[in-house]
Amino acid sequence: MMSENKNNINRRHFLKDGVWATCLAGLAGLGGFLLSKLKKNNTVWQIDPYVCVACGNCATYCVLEDSAVKCVQVYEICGYCDICTGYLEPEANPPDTGAEKELCPTGALKRVFVEDPYFEYNVDEALCNGCGKCVKGCTVFGNGSLFLQVRHDRCLNCNECSIAAACPSQAYKRVPANEPYLLKKMDHA
Amino acid sequence: MIRIGYIIIGIAVLCFSSGAASALERFPPPEFEGGYEFPSTTTPHPQQDIYEYMDTVVLLAALSLASYLVLRKRSRRAIFILMVFSLLYFGFWRKGCVCPIGATQNIVLSIFDHSYAVPVAVAFFFLLPLVFALFFGRVFCAAVCPLGAIQDLVLLRPVSVPSWLESGLRLFAYVYLAAAVLFAATGSAFLICRYDPFVAFFRLNGNLNVLIIGTCLLVISVFIGRPYCRFICPYGILLRQLSRLSKWRVTITPDECVQCRLCEDSCPYGAIRRPSVSWPETEYGRGKKRLAILLVLLPILIILCGWSGSGLRKVTSRMHPTVRLAERIYLEDTGKVEDTTDASLAFRATGKETEALYREALNIRANFGLGGWFFGGFVGLMIGLKLITVSIWRQRTDYEAGRASCLACGRCFKYCPMEHARLNKTKEALV
Repeated sequence: MMSENKNNINRRHFLKDGVWATCLAGLAGLGGFLLSKLKKNNTVWQIDPYVCVACGNCATYCVLEDSAVKCVQVYEICGYCDICTGYLEPEANPPDTGAEKELCPTGALKRVFVEDPYFEYNVDEALCNGCGKCVKGCTVFGNGSLFLQVRHDRCLNCNECSIAAACPSQAYKRVPANEPYLLKKMDHA
Repeated sequence: MIRIGYIIIGIAVLCFSSGAASALERFPPPEFEGGYEFPSTTTPHPQQDIYEYMDTVVLLAALSLASYLVLRKRSRRAIFILMVFSLLYFGFWRKGCVCPIGATQNIVLSIFDHSYAVPVAVAFFFLLPLVFALFFGRVFCAAVCPLGAIQDLVLLRPVSVPSWLESGLRLFAYVYLAAAVLFAATGSAFLICRYDPFVAFFRLNGNLNVLIIGTCLLVISVFIGRPYCRFICPYGILLRQLSRLSKWRVTITPDECVQCRLCEDSCPYGAIRRPSVSWPETEYGRGKKRLAILLVLLPILIILCGWSGSGLRKVTSRMHPTVRLAERIYLEDTGKVEDTTDASLAFRATGKETEALYREALNIRANFGLGGWFFGGFVGLMIGLKLITVSIWRQRTDYEAGRASCLACGRCFKYCPMEHARLNKTKEALV
C-alpha cells in the first residue's frame, strides 16, 4: 500500500516535471522564434499623406489631450499663393487676413510676406490640433503641400493607435522608427 | 489682383476637379528674386529606444525583487511598496504601454503576419513574467502589474465571491483571450488595448466609454478584490496555467500547518484552499458516472462551440476595417442606403475596383471562418474542462494557497501564528 502510494506520487511528479520542462522549452522556442524575426528597428505610427482624406478624426481620437498629429508644410511643393485655399475660407470676400476669414480654427497657420506676390505659410505646432481643414483646402484646390503627419516628439506610440482604429481611409501604417515620416515629394510628372 | 486670384482658382478647380490626393503642381513653385531659401520641414525623432531598454531592465529587476519578497522575505509591506512603485513607473510615468497583457497580441500578430516584427521590449515584456511564473508563481500579478496595483490599492472592504460564481465568471477571461487572439491574428484590432480599462487613468485622458468601464471596475474593486485580474485579464489566464507548475510558490505558513484556521478568511481573492474531507461513498459513484459522461461530452462540446464560432464569422469579421468598408460599399452600390460615409468616400476617391475590395473582404471573412473554429473550440474545451474539474476531488490536509489563483499579494502571511514564531526567532537571533 505504502509503496504504491509512493509510486503514485513519483509518477505524478514525473509528469508534472515533464509538463514544466515542456512549457519552459515552449517559451524558449517562442523567444527564439521572435529573436529570429527581430528587426533592429522598432516601428512607429505614421500617416500616408497620399491616402489621408483629412476627415478630422486625428484631432479628436488621439489619446493625448493635444493630438500628436499636426499639419506639416513641405515648402518646396507650396505655391506661395496670395490667395491660399488652405489659409482662407472659400467665401472670404474680400480675402484679407481677418480672423473670421481664416480656415484654421485655432489660428495655427501663419502667413508671412516674402516678396510680391508671394507669401510663406507656416504651421505653429503649439496651436495646431490636427483637424486637417487646411489640408483639405490645400489638397483640393492647391498643390497639397500641407498635409498631416504624426509628430514623434509628441506621439506615445500606443500599441494600438486609437486614431488608426478610427481612420476611415486606413491611412495609418507602422513605419520603421529610423524613418518615421512619410513626407510628400515634389511631383516631377 | 483679387479678381485675378479668383480666376486662377476657378481655372484650377475646373482643370483638377477630380480632387486627386497626390501633390499636384497647380501653382508652380515661385522663383524668388530676393534670395529666399526654402525652410526645411522639421522631423523630430521618436525617443523610445533608451526608454524601452530601461523598461525591460526595470521589469526584470521588479520581477526578481518581487520573487524575493514573496518567497523569502515574506513581507506584505515590502510587496506593497514595490507594487506602488510599479504603479507609478509602469502606470503613470510610462503611461501603461507597453504591458505584457497587450503584448500578447503583438506576439500573435507576428506569428500570423510575416511582415510584422515584434520590438525587443515587447518580446521581453511578454516572455519574462511567464518564465517567472514557471519558477516563482504569479509574482508579476503581485507587485509588478500596474493594472493589478491600481485595483489592489482601492480594495478596502473585501467581500468573498462564492467559488462557483468565481469559476463561472472566469470563463469570460478565456473568451476574451480567445477573441483577442482571433482579432490580432486576423490583423483586425488589438482588442485588449482598445478596452484596457485603466490606461485612461494612467494617461489622465481617454475614450469616455472605456473611462466609464474603468471607473465601474475601480468601484467594484473596493469590495471585490481585483475584478479585472480574476475575471477579465487574458494574460492572467496564461500566468494561471503556468503557475500551476511553478517550482516554488507561496506558502501560507513558513512551517508546518497547525490547522488553526486563522488564515481562512484572510485572502480577498478566494485563493486559499481549505483542507478537504474525503469524498463521501454515495458521492463517489455519482461523481464517477458524471465524469464519464463529461469526458464523452467534451469532444461534442468542442465541435459545437467551434461550429458556432465559425458560423459567427459574418459578425466577428466586422472588426476588420476592410470588411466593414466592403459591406458599406455594397449597401451603397445596391441602393440600400442613400448617404455616404467618410470611409466610403475615401475608398471611391482612390479609384480602386469594388470587385477587388469584395474579394479581399471575402478572404478576410474566410480567415475568420477558420479562426472561428479555433476560437469556439478553445472556448468549448475550457467550458468542458471546467465541468470536469467539478467532478474531480482533490485531497488536501492543510490550508494552502491555490496554485493557479494565488496572486502572491502576501496578505495571508501575517495571519499565520507560525509566521509570527518565525519572525520572533529571527528577531531573537538578531538581538
